[in-house]
Amino acid sequence: MNKVVKNVEEALIGVEDGMTLMIGGFGLCGIPENSIAELVKKGTKNLTCISNNAGVDDFGLGLLLQTKQIKKMISSYVGENDEFESQMLAGELEVDLIPQGSLAERCRAGGAGIPAFFTPAGYGTEVAEGKEVRIYNGKPHILEEALTADFAIVKAWKGDTEGNLVFKATAMNFNPMMAMAGKITVAEVEELVPAGQLDPNHIHTPGIFVQRIFKGEKFEKRIEQRTTRKK
Amino acid sequence: MLDKTGIAKRIAQELQNGWYVNLGIGIPTLVANYIPEGIEVEFQSENGVLGMGPFPFEGEEDADLINAGKQTITVREGASFFDSATSFAMIRGQHVQLTVLGAMEVSQNGDIANWKIPEKMVKGMGGAMDLVASADNIIVAMMHSNKAGVSKILKECTLPLTGVGCVKKVVTELAVLEIKNGKFHLIERAPGVSVEEIVSKTEGDLVVPEFVPEMQL
Repeated sequence: MNKVVKNVEEALIGVEDGMTLMIGGFGLCGIPENSIAELVKKGTKNLTCISNNAGVDDFGLGLLLQTKQIKKMISSYVGENDEFESQMLAGELEVDLIPQGSLAERCRAGGAGIPAFFTPAGYGTEVAEGKEVRIYNGKPHILEEALTADFAIVKAWKGDTEGNLVFKATAMNFNPMMAMAGKITVAEVEELVPAGQLDPNHIHTPGIFVQRIFKGEKFEKRIEQRTTRKK
Repeated sequence: MLDKTGIAKRIAQELQNGWYVNLGIGIPTLVANYIPEGIEVEFQSENGVLGMGPFPFEGEEDADLINAGKQTITVREGASFFDSATSFAMIRGQHVQLTVLGAMEVSQNGDIANWKIPEKMVKGMGGAMDLVASADNIIVAMMHSNKAGVSKILKECTLPLTGVGCVKKVVTELAVLEIKNGKFHLIERAPGVSVEEIVSKTEGDLVVPEFVPEMQL
């Protein structure tokens, strides 16, 4: 089944005000840069964004924060973004902070048809407030519910016309689970190849989870913390 | 008294052959530089890599290859990449033998606070809650007191908790402490540090044995 769309505009047709979006990536690594730029251009508002981080002030989801297109963020760590902090403290932005592993599993569960699960993470903390507690193996666990999204927007290294995806290194991160949890999943890729060019043994995300795929026009791939050693 | 490097060196002595280890941001990251001779460990970073190596040489950074601190890294031979759900399956499923992380406060029953200062710092917990709730073996690397001299080794944490009853060992610039039966136990003192100083900077209940050996670094 051919999943290829012409460009980013076509990929994001149907994204409307008030929708819930999952956005792949960890920090600025493996984020769908082209789709984020297009969302800024479209001006879609009141978005709920599920993403591990919120970008930095002038890149990643930070761009959508600057334009105040995001109503609510569901994330695990938002530390690198001053705009985020000021909007949150001013009460302009709703924020739901979730332990990173629970966030990943909630996305996976959403895509896997598991409505909720018990995890030890967050027991005894404010994350557990209002959540059911059960003891398993002598240890308290809290009930966490699955997450799904109107659109999941992910970024892969390579993809084929069938929507099969291959990720590179740690740019994989949340992308595979989010791809599973979108009602419509959009994948932007660096290299788009004909079906048959990717080794079926090496596919990370099978095309069944992807509805639209396109080759991103440009990837800046900004580095957040450039750390090196001398030769 | 130890500096940050000293704390990292002392924690590195805890490493055992064949362990998979998750190092948090800050002092814990330094532990990787002091792996004792003859000990082979592999480092996991929760954003999705096992077999983390040193920082890349200048000019060889790869934006697609970072650690959980968002720093550019390299990988060793035999490394692997995986998604975030698999990464936390390793952590929650207790396949990682040791977690080393920083803290703002710990309490004598093993509670830890390291993610939030209400109305001041709200950055999020990242993977810390999953790590502390799941790991069997957690070592906290931290300063014994804050800049004003107020103890961070407490009867009860004052900041929002990251996890309850999970910390078993704490290494500070002054001492190695174990947490057992709702009390801190003084195991070792840093070079040149007196037992009296440790006692005076520990707010929580501290069990002091007759002889407290000095750390061997």
